[in-house]
Formats: sequence, structure tokens, C-alpha cells
Amino acid sequence: MTVTTIEKDTEALTLTLTADFAAPVEAVWELWADPRKLERWWGPPGYPATFVEHDLTPGALVTYYMTSPEGDKHHGWWRIGTVDAPRGLTIEDGFGDADGKPLTDKTGQLRMRLFEHEGGTRMELFDQFPSLEQMEEMLKMGMEEGLRQAVGQMDALL
Amino acid sequence: MLTYNQMVVDELIEAEIDRVFHALADATRRDLLRRAADGQLSVSRLADGYDMSFAAVQKHVAVLERAGLVTKARNGREQLVRTDPVAVARARRALDALEATWRERADRMADLLDTPNTQGDPR
Repeated sequence: MTVTTIEKDTEALTLTLTADFAAPVEAVWELWADPRKLERWWGPPGYPATFVEHDLTPGALVTYYMTSPEGDKHHGWWRIGTVDAPRGLTIEDGFGDADGKPLTDKTGQLRMRLFEHEGGTRMELFDQFPSLEQMEEMLKMGMEEGLRQAVGQMDALL
Repeated sequence: MLTYNQMVVDELIEAEIDRVFHALADATRRDLLRRAADGQLSVSRLADGYDMSFAAVQKHVAVLERAGLVTKARNGREQLVRTDPVAVARARRALDALEATWRERADRMADLLDTPNTQGDPR
């Protein structure tokens, strides 16, 4: 199992996760720092992510889009907070327009740290959302259209 | 392998949606949700309100519980049924989906780290 612990707080809308990898810290860091590697894991299969601007320096704006199976592009951005290469990163994220410009205030906040652990690397992630609506919007970004509609219908019922 | 994981997650989310729709598709269960809103009634007290057996009502409550729409709390010898507040149910569902997203991402990261470092391997 890659993911070793997971904690979810339904009031604070936070998710805390640790994952262990049999690889050195630098190699795991590269999965975030190299946009071509990042593209290979960020989006689900069938919903690939393309990073347009990618620069992990404090204050930099990272822009990307995810392409749905129907060919629709969903644009998003990251604002880089702190960077402690190769061990840590904080990111604020949100939605963008077709030019990749931020369309909204931040919809979430992500903190990532890497440690040496038992000959490999432990990744600690802390993902936080300011509101339930924003969390749901962000999740719909990586979902198939049918599933998005179903989730929308479910919200209407509840 | 990657496709398989995604399929499993999609199926899990779809199965959850099916459970909620199924649970809400029945008039008795919708009525139970209203009556259990303040969490003061046990299954047997809830069953008093219907012209059906205790076992039948218990089954309806179990369907609601599996869909995450009610929770049960022990109070002495009784089990009180409480409708999960909508916001909590929604937050739980969203966090479950977020968990699935990150589990898949971590699996893909692990797969990439296992990939021999050869050039021009588009996978």
C-alpha cells in the first residue's frame, strides 16, 4: 500500500495523508518539480493534465488544464507559497479562464512535505478547503461527465 | 494497472450514488429520514409509526445507514437513529472522493518511481 495513513475532518474540511515510496526524496520531489513528470500522475487516466506555466518559486503562478474525454479543457492554477526543495511545498489553487488566468480566489490549500523514512521517502500531504462548495467544484474537475451529473443530481436530492 | 485503479474508484463512487438514490427512492425511508431528524427515536419507536413489522422497519433503517443518511447511537439498551445532517453527509462524501483522488495519485507516483529511468518512455 502506497498510502499508509489518512485522516479526514468533516468540520474543518481537511484531509491529511501519508504515503511511502521506495525511492529517494529527490526522486519524489522531481515528480512535483518536473512538469512532464507531474503531468503523468496529477490527472486521472482519461483526464490528462497539461502544465503550461510551471515554476516552483515562492509567489509564482503555475497554470494547467485538464482535458476531459469529450475534449473539454478545464483550467486551473496554483499560487506557490513556500518552497523548500527538495522537501516541501505549499500551494494555493483555484480555477482559471481559457488563457489560464485566475478566475476565482483560491479554492483550496495544499501543503506537501517529504522525509527520509525506512530507506525510502514518506510524503505528508495536508489538503484544506475553505468551503464545501469549493471542495465539490474542485473534485468535479477530474470526473467523467456522467459522474459529474450524477453527483449534481444527488446534491439536488439531499 | 492505472486504468484498473481508475475503474475501481469510479465504480466505488457510482456504487455510493446508487445506494443513495436507492435509499431515497422509497416513501417509507424518506419518512423515516424526517422522523429521525432529531435523533430521539429508537428503531422500535420508529417502527410504531408504520403498519409493518419491526423487522421490515429495521431493514429500511439499515438501507439508510448503508447510504450514509442515518447513523445509530447506543443509549443504554436502545439504539437511537439520527438523520445525518446534510452538510456532514456531503462533507463526508466530498472527503471520500478527495481521498480516492489522492490514493490514485499516490499509486501513479509509485508506478512512475518504479519505471526504469529510460528515455522516451511515454507509457
